[in-house]
Amino acid sequence: MRPGPAAPVLYGRLVSQSIRAQIQYRLSFLLMSVGHFVTSVVEAVGIWALFERFGMLGQWSLAEVAFLYGIVNVAFPMSEALARGFDVFGAQFVKTGDFDRLLLRPRSTVLQLAGHDFQLQRIGRLAQGLIVLGWAIVVLDLDWDPARVVLLLYTVVSAVVFFYALFIFQATLSFWTVDSLEIMNTLTYGGVETAQYPLAIYRPGFRRFFTFVVPLGCISYFPAVALLGIDDPLGTSRAVQVAAPLAGYLFFALALVGWRAGIRHYTSTGS
Amino acid sequence: MAEPLIVVRDLAKHFRIAEREPGLWGALKSLARRRYRTVEALHGVSFAISPGELVGYIGPNGAGKSTTIKILSGILVPSAGECRVAGRVPWADRVAHVAGIGVVFGQRTQLWWDLPVIESFDLLRDIYRVEAGRYERVRDELVTLLSLEALLDVPVRQLSLGQRMRCDLAASLLHEPDILFLDEPSIGLDAVSKLAMRQFVMRQNRERGTTVLLTTHDMDDVEAMCSRVMLINHGTLLLDGTVDDLRSERRRVVVEFDGPAELGDAHAALLVSRQGQRVVFEVPGRVAEFVASVTARYRLHDLTVSHLPIEETVAELYQRAPDRAGELR
Repeated sequence: MRPGPAAPVLYGRLVSQSIRAQIQYRLSFLLMSVGHFVTSVVEAVGIWALFERFGMLGQWSLAEVAFLYGIVNVAFPMSEALARGFDVFGAQFVKTGDFDRLLLRPRSTVLQLAGHDFQLQRIGRLAQGLIVLGWAIVVLDLDWDPARVVLLLYTVVSAVVFFYALFIFQATLSFWTVDSLEIMNTLTYGGVETAQYPLAIYRPGFRRFFTFVVPLGCISYFPAVALLGIDDPLGTSRAVQVAAPLAGYLFFALALVGWRAGIRHYTSTGS
Repeated sequence: MAEPLIVVRDLAKHFRIAEREPGLWGALKSLARRRYRTVEALHGVSFAISPGELVGYIGPNGAGKSTTIKILSGILVPSAGECRVAGRVPWADRVAHVAGIGVVFGQRTQLWWDLPVIESFDLLRDIYRVEAGRYERVRDELVTLLSLEALLDVPVRQLSLGQRMRCDLAASLLHEPDILFLDEPSIGLDAVSKLAMRQFVMRQNRERGTTVLLTTHDMDDVEAMCSRVMLINHGTLLLDGTVDDLRSERRRVVVEFDGPAELGDAHAALLVSRQGQRVVFEVPGRVAEFVASVTARYRLHDLTVSHLPIEETVAELYQRAPDRAGELR
């Protein structure tokens, strides 16, 4: 083993530096955090308004949808905060040629990008997600035995991993084309929008896509059904619902494989 | 002669560049059918550099300098040819390779834009896994040599170009690499910063034995620093020799006549310009004979002999490049 900090320690130092740099601009940090909070509250109010008018969404009550929404909106801002380096990769590293700088350092590029910019301001959206999730938990009056608590934590972590993988895919795509990032945005931000609602309300083709291609349903809808203790109108068993979030880790592994291919492409074209 | 530290043999690199027509319609057309154009950045470059050499790598824009440096630093894979740096194939094991080299790009900082210089240095210590005691010793030495004391607490974005270059030089050497690649280190620097950069690099080369390969547009850099120079254009090495090889035999002779003078045919043939009594000649060789014949024939007030500016020789070599490249292929 060579001397010097291992990857997790270096990651911690990069993150703490990035937080310190952000706090230098205190006002801007506060405004951004509040901004994220307000935007996401307005969004939640929109959903509530929808229910005011229609009462139920399929067989889902407002509190049940809020529960699902809460899980997604706790996980996504965490991914956004952690994966910022990949989120801005095309514009800030590929277009500018700054990626060369990362390649010149004797550390993994994934580690360096992960530690690039820890976006503390996403705490605004995270707060909104936590409030909605907390409200749903109170209203639903579920039995929070240890198994359910563990299942909830495992679901959230899997969702964070899944969204992180989406950001890596987005970054990988920019090795080939920086201009088509809008396509990926439909998957990341559009994905969040989609995952906020029960998968069962969508058409079959759409459902299959978000289960087997981009396993968005696997990290939100299926475990949420298990957590809520209701029957899945799509007919899956509890075992499948509990195992489904594992797809998030598989998706992450695939993202890393794709990333390596992207680097090979970059080092052979140099642009 | 020692084993070469850097060996490059028949190195070639071509890029496929997607051609895009201007405007929205062109962008749409290129979506449907992409047309590619192949650009040959390097074809068949070979050289070897021994430990402790300080080599200048010159050529016009787009000649292939940066491509070579990128391949040597392991961030670009060549299309063909061999390359070994300190026994390693740079792109085969990037992490091990870059741990042993230092790289400075004049146009782009390696430091963290928002962090004070000293914190960038500390992060690099962690990234390169430099042992704490050694790091402090090397850092303090570099800080003294490059006079960075007053800059350490300043965020990088607030530094002037010259200050930033000094910090970048220090940053590239914190892990004490044996090899240093400098890509346009003098670009945009004022005279004082340029001199400081040169002196520091030469000292590093002389006293620590660091092998340096530097690309530059500035012939003064080459004259001041490099014992050896390689000249590239259109992806082909045109010259690999000493700085003196860059100088042509030709000399510039400036004569100031004492009173009006009628030039003889032999002398008039060499005339470049004339302003009143002051006449400039360019002499292709045997300059002593020329001076003797001029002093014998005319009454002179003053006479100076000088080398042609190195830029002019180099510019001529650049212009000859397409023919030479054609012959070689």
